[in-house]
Amino acid sequence: MKLKPFRLSVLGLSLLIPAALCAVVLFLAIYSAPAVSFNGFGFVSRITWDLGNLYGDPVTVRGVQVPPGASYGILVFVVGTLLSSFIAILIAVPLSVGAAIFLAESVPAKIRPILSLLVELVAVVPSVVFGLWGIAVLIPLMAGYIGPGLSHILGFIPFFSGGNTGSGYGLLTTSIVLALMITPIIATTLLDALLQVPKENRESAFALGATHFEVVSKAMMPMVRTTLIGGIVLALGRALGETMAVLMVSGGAINIMPQNIYSPVSTIASFIVSQLDSAEQDPTNMAVQSLAEIALVLFIITLAVNAAAKLLSSGVLNGRSKH
Amino acid sequence: MAVASINMPRAKRSALELRRVAFSAAGWVACGIALFMVIGPLLDVVWVVASRGISAFSIGLFTTVTNGTGGGLANAISGTLILSAGALLIAVPIGVGAGIYLSEYGNNKIGNTIRFLSDVLTGTPSIVLGYFSYIVFVTGLGWQFSALAGSITLAILIVPYLARISELALRQVPISMREAAFALGANDPVVVFKVVLPGALSGVITGVLLALAISVGETAPLIYTAGWSNYMWNGQLTHSPIGYLTYVIWSFINQPSDESHALAFAAAFIVMLVVLCINIGVRLVVKRTRFV
Repeated sequence: MKLKPFRLSVLGLSLLIPAALCAVVLFLAIYSAPAVSFNGFGFVSRITWDLGNLYGDPVTVRGVQVPPGASYGILVFVVGTLLSSFIAILIAVPLSVGAAIFLAESVPAKIRPILSLLVELVAVVPSVVFGLWGIAVLIPLMAGYIGPGLSHILGFIPFFSGGNTGSGYGLLTTSIVLALMITPIIATTLLDALLQVPKENRESAFALGATHFEVVSKAMMPMVRTTLIGGIVLALGRALGETMAVLMVSGGAINIMPQNIYSPVSTIASFIVSQLDSAEQDPTNMAVQSLAEIALVLFIITLAVNAAAKLLSSGVLNGRSKH
Repeated sequence: MAVASINMPRAKRSALELRRVAFSAAGWVACGIALFMVIGPLLDVVWVVASRGISAFSIGLFTTVTNGTGGGLANAISGTLILSAGALLIAVPIGVGAGIYLSEYGNNKIGNTIRFLSDVLTGTPSIVLGYFSYIVFVTGLGWQFSALAGSITLAILIVPYLARISELALRQVPISMREAAFALGANDPVVVFKVVLPGALSGVITGVLLALAISVGETAPLIYTAGWSNYMWNGQLTHSPIGYLTYVIWSFINQPSDESHALAFAAAFIVMLVVLCINIGVRLVVKRTRFV
């Protein structure tokens, strides 16, 4: 076979992308190896994150040097991540389904591009700007009205009751901001799918005497269900890894599990950012290595979620392929 | 079924109809409210950031550097430009090159593998990439917080987008044009650089602009790699931290003084303006094509 230098050189360039990904995984894994062996499996089930006495003489535990009293557990952050993303999905799904249906069926074709452009633009606003808006607008609103109001009306549900609904920084605020950031992902996915539903299906439903809304909800929505689920899982992947907006409005809890939806929380991603300064003070480097292990855990979670989204949207699971 | 409905008493049928019509109307109202609740916050974000950001604008904002509580944004604006330019400088050749491979020669197992791993990289949270750069470049190679570490991190972040968008753009050039060029005796590089790439130039530029928008708005990975500096960049690639706009938004809003808050909103307004202008402009020019 003739050697083709041009093809080989662009192949070399494109191989740099998988190489970067492998380097990320590999270096994180190698670097966090001492932390993995020190923390063991309890890493994800322990609540206490304590850097130990950074000025004391390091002690040797299980073959690695750590500051005395150090304990690294990330259950609080795993719970915070999963809980905030889950509530965000609960808020975002009805909103984005409603928005997509309205855009696909009820808006004149002339205005649709403008409105769908606006929905898409929600996705490109930088995370940190959402965080700023959260602090300036949403948090006073939460602390003054929404929090106390919810506690008053829905207080009979355990997770909603709280004598003190807090400062506004907390789980519910985080979830609302996350929900805003992921609605366009679900809405645009669903809008595309709805616009692709064959005319015949709509017209048959109309011919049977269904109202317009019944056509959408009973004839069209079942056809795009798999795509919708794929979009939701994709949005979940984005919400799990979201950092800055969460860091700014979550309140940053350490060593305490969320008691109700007003409690401060930390997510894995926001915790990594907030801990850099303290972790650097550790002379044994174990804190920095444990943070690398957290980053690895976050990577694995998002990888699993994104893989699930890809499987769902590729149509492998439902037999009839959509795209 | 049909017979049953004909024989049904008149009043009962109209009650059912009424219920269905009312239910449908309620459904449409709910959907309309949902759309409003998706777009409303965006409009409020733009309004709040724009109104409070513009009121903080002055000449001094662009000529002086930040200090502990206030000052200007000269160092942050120039820092963002340098970091983004550096990231594009690294990522564009790689991303466009990868796009060329994937579109022209990538209909095989290698191409599919690269596409899949590139998608995985797109889905990786930016903070994970930032932490990787921190342990490798900042501490491992001893560069400390620096422009180079920040630029490389941003480059890793945007390169999969560039590859994907370049590939899509190049694929839109008709096969017949390639065949015509090959028939005239052109070799691979001539076909790509003289025929395919010029034909897809607007698409590739779109990708570069979207990548620029991403890198201007990114924060989390830079905290770990670029650090922060109150001074103008001194030209050193390593061993010297550099300021950037998104850091100002994050850190100054948490300070007590109004002056700091004004500066945070001014920085947010500049970032938002750049990101929204690029995205609106790209979508107006390239109609009905969703890349990301």
